[in-house]
Amino acid sequence: MKEGPYGVMAEFDNPTALVNATRTVREQGYRKLDAYTPYPVEELNDVLHLHRNKLPLIVLCGGLLGGLTGYLLQYFVTVIYFPINIGGRPLHSWPSYIIITFELTILFGALSAVLGLLGLCGLPMPYHPVFNVPRFSAATRDRFFLCIEAEDPLFDLQKTSSLLESLEAKEVSEVAH
Amino acid sequence: MADEQQVIEKPADHEIIARGYTFGTVTDQISAVVLSKKTPVFWFASFAIGFLLLQGLLASAVLLFGKGVGIWGIRTPVMWGFAITNFVWWIGIGHAGTLISAILLLLNQKWRNSINRFAEAMTLFAVACAGLFPLLHMGRPWLFYWLFPYPNSTTVQPNFRSPLVWDVFAVSTYATVSALFWFVGLIPDLGTLRDRAKNLFAKYTYGLLAMGWRGSAKHWSVYETCTLLLSGLATPLVLSVHTVVSFDFTIAIVPGWHSTFFPPYFVAGAIYSGFAMVLALAIPLRSVYGLQGLITDRHLENSAKVMLATGMIVAYSYLMEAFLGWYSASPYEQQAFWNRMTGPYSAQYWFLVTCNIVSPNLLWFKKFRKTPVLLFISSIIVLVGMWLERYMIIVSSLAQDYVPSSWSLFHATRWDWATYWGTVGLFMFLFFLFVRALPMISIFEVRTLLPQAKVGEEVKR
Repeated sequence: MKEGPYGVMAEFDNPTALVNATRTVREQGYRKLDAYTPYPVEELNDVLHLHRNKLPLIVLCGGLLGGLTGYLLQYFVTVIYFPINIGGRPLHSWPSYIIITFELTILFGALSAVLGLLGLCGLPMPYHPVFNVPRFSAATRDRFFLCIEAEDPLFDLQKTSSLLESLEAKEVSEVAH
Repeated sequence: MADEQQVIEKPADHEIIARGYTFGTVTDQISAVVLSKKTPVFWFASFAIGFLLLQGLLASAVLLFGKGVGIWGIRTPVMWGFAITNFVWWIGIGHAGTLISAILLLLNQKWRNSINRFAEAMTLFAVACAGLFPLLHMGRPWLFYWLFPYPNSTTVQPNFRSPLVWDVFAVSTYATVSALFWFVGLIPDLGTLRDRAKNLFAKYTYGLLAMGWRGSAKHWSVYETCTLLLSGLATPLVLSVHTVVSFDFTIAIVPGWHSTFFPPYFVAGAIYSGFAMVLALAIPLRSVYGLQGLITDRHLENSAKVMLATGMIVAYSYLMEAFLGWYSASPYEQQAFWNRMTGPYSAQYWFLVTCNIVSPNLLWFKKFRKTPVLLFISSIIVLVGMWLERYMIIVSSLAQDYVPSSWSLFHATRWDWATYWGTVGLFMFLFFLFVRALPMISIFEVRTLLPQAKVGEEVKR
């Protein structure tokens, strides 16, 4: 167990209040914060500067790897490992490789998208401190939460809590570890 | 729940779901189907029918393993018979689910949000039913892995120049990607169910499947990227799958098969039958579970419009098929088509033309599109018609090809029918299990449709 709380969490009942509060908190200099919403709120990406992530790169690499695997697999089998001479037709018959190359590109791309999603989000994660807040189960229903984490250099239990309270929050609570 | 109003009015023209919903009521209504102890009689009845038919599949599969594929009516020259007809039909039905979840997402069609989940489930189960047929048709299904390239002691490898091997890759990729897409879409809703379940077993099961999803903005950002990328990958995939299935036919030189317009013709037919299945599932489900506020008449009307459009493409393809048969100047092509229209299968041919070309024209009328009962009947007619289309393409071409001395007609046996209806049973069995255990409408995507989901104008800059 670590010392002290994980952070302070504020509850809002509409997305506008959450976005406004998040913007204010960021303007105050807090950086270690996260918002929790029941559906994706696009404006939070602007406020939290979340527009770039590595997933497209991961999928690109996965797709290229899949395409290469598909093509080279067929090349290896039909030209090197198990060549069949059918009336002198070329062994390297690339037009007939296109479909499997395409299918494996999609397959590897999709697999890397899902594994990349899990990897970048750190899922599966069976335990997380935010679940210690009793009201937090509403984050998957109809409530919006903002959590400022104790790791933030500006974090101070009293000051941070009162800042959050001043931002139209319905409730502010401490998040235990 | 108590403090929230639950007035459900008809939506205005530009609105997608009924008015008066809140984040809470949307969540409660959809998750109640899964979390409540009460199960409607309709569910038990449908599940029981599915389960009974499934027993037919099991019995015929056991007999098939014991005696071989001779229990089916497949005899030379019609070696494909029902098995491949059903395979193509089921795969086609699956296509609508991916179209709704991927292509309509890329086209920003928000109305898809309340029908994508069960349509994707439909895809998954239809592909499962489809996949059974080539496996059973192999004769020695336990050797199916010979289709995949792997190092083995005989050093023999699959023929990568064969469309049948392409099909293996296309269908298995399609099944995998559909399952991944469906599961990714489920994660946030599994989180909702985990937080709402009272039963400890349900709570832990949904909790394990949700993998600790907590709706963090950082996660949503990656999640949205992931959904977009998966849609981008699934869009060419879904169009390619039926194209590859049609290659099974076009690359052969059988008259009536060897033609270049088969890929678009098959894809249009697939989406046509798929939307018919979406309607056939959505109409009873929404009235049994009282979901008319979420799956509104507008959804049915839009699906009917897609059905009409693809039906017209299919009609055009029939005309082109006849035209190209004549224009090819090949006596075999001409004879093959003439046999279809006037030969031993002419009754089926004209019946399928009635089902697929004549009947969808009723969908031009708004009144027809706005009446769920008529839409339901029309979708069943289309499903029958599309099944007959595949039957016609496969059986009539194989029964009468080049050499009249080898001509022979196909007669389905009772085990053909038992296997076919058995997969209908498997589909119903899986689908109704899904309806009972997982949210059939995507909860978080419906939340984004609510007016209060928009961040207000008073956002400070």
